[in-house]
Amino acid sequence: MACNGGASERRVGVRTVVLVLALLALVATGAAAQPPGPRVDEEQVYDVASQLRCVVCQNLSVADSPSEMASQMRVIVRERLAAGQTPAQVRQYFVERYGDWILLLPPRRGFTLLVWLAPLAAVIVGVAIVAVLVVRWTRRRPTTAPPPLDRAMSERIRRELEQEP
Amino acid sequence: MRRGWRWLLPLTAVPVLALLAYGFRVDPREIPSPLVGRPAAAFALTSFDGATVDLAALRGKVVVLNFWASWCRPACYEEAPTLERGWRAYRDRGVVVLGVDIQDHDEAARTFIRDFSLSFANAPDRGGKVSVDYGVYGVPETFFIDREGRIRAKHVGVVTDEIFRATVEPLLR
Repeated sequence: MACNGGASERRVGVRTVVLVLALLALVATGAAAQPPGPRVDEEQVYDVASQLRCVVCQNLSVADSPSEMASQMRVIVRERLAAGQTPAQVRQYFVERYGDWILLLPPRRGFTLLVWLAPLAAVIVGVAIVAVLVVRWTRRRPTTAPPPLDRAMSERIRRELEQEP
Repeated sequence: MRRGWRWLLPLTAVPVLALLAYGFRVDPREIPSPLVGRPAAAFALTSFDGATVDLAALRGKVVVLNFWASWCRPACYEEAPTLERGWRAYRDRGVVVLGVDIQDHDEAARTFIRDFSLSFANAPDRGGKVSVDYGVYGVPETFFIDREGRIRAKHVGVVTDEIFRATVEPLLR
């Protein structure tokens, strides 16, 4: 009996140890299940994804598209940022595979520089045209001013106005 | 001065018209891949048969890498027999056809493979890593990789027997 009691006591002890070990193991696997590397700023993931074109959509960014392809690309963005890459490096990874086409904002160099400069040029030309016209209109006014009235004429106008009923 | 201004308006229309003339002739879906001429990205996938498909192990062979999906109708359905025919015709000459199934359900993909009796290796790309590595933006897309492991051509859309032959033959020389 005593021996039995001792065994059961020991069994409880073993059980506790097993339980503690199991808990420890659970904590350990929980820690291991967390994504490796530094914590990823979700805002940064969104920021990079919003600059990438969703390749299977029409005019949607990877950040905004509900498609499976876009969600896979968001995962890739997150993983690369977690691995320590900068947003510029992640963007470059996609550009190297898809070309500049993947970027929603055309790069400010080469042919696509035109897209950035053309509106600016249009504004400058427009402002120049308006400036020239304004100058011309304001300058024309004094030259087209009526000639000064002579005394006889103003006298006649006064007389005719008085005759009005 | 006046005469000069009168010419200006039609003159500004010229570049706009030129741009439109160019733009409407270009197919917006035909996006040049920056990968052509570059080494093919390495990958290892597990095929539907459970075999490992490792691109690095295929160095020395001409690889026809086809991205497809069972939901891609009708294009993928049209080219599946071509790929199978090409594989059978060229396998003895050192050509390997490889199918990568993207964004698909396994059951539908297996049915597709069974329906077309595809005998070349087909593997699902879970997570889409391989697709993005190859800059895939739709299905079907087919990459032709030479013996040195370099991407030599990319074809978007249905691969015909003629395209298969004309693209693979020069890589065998």
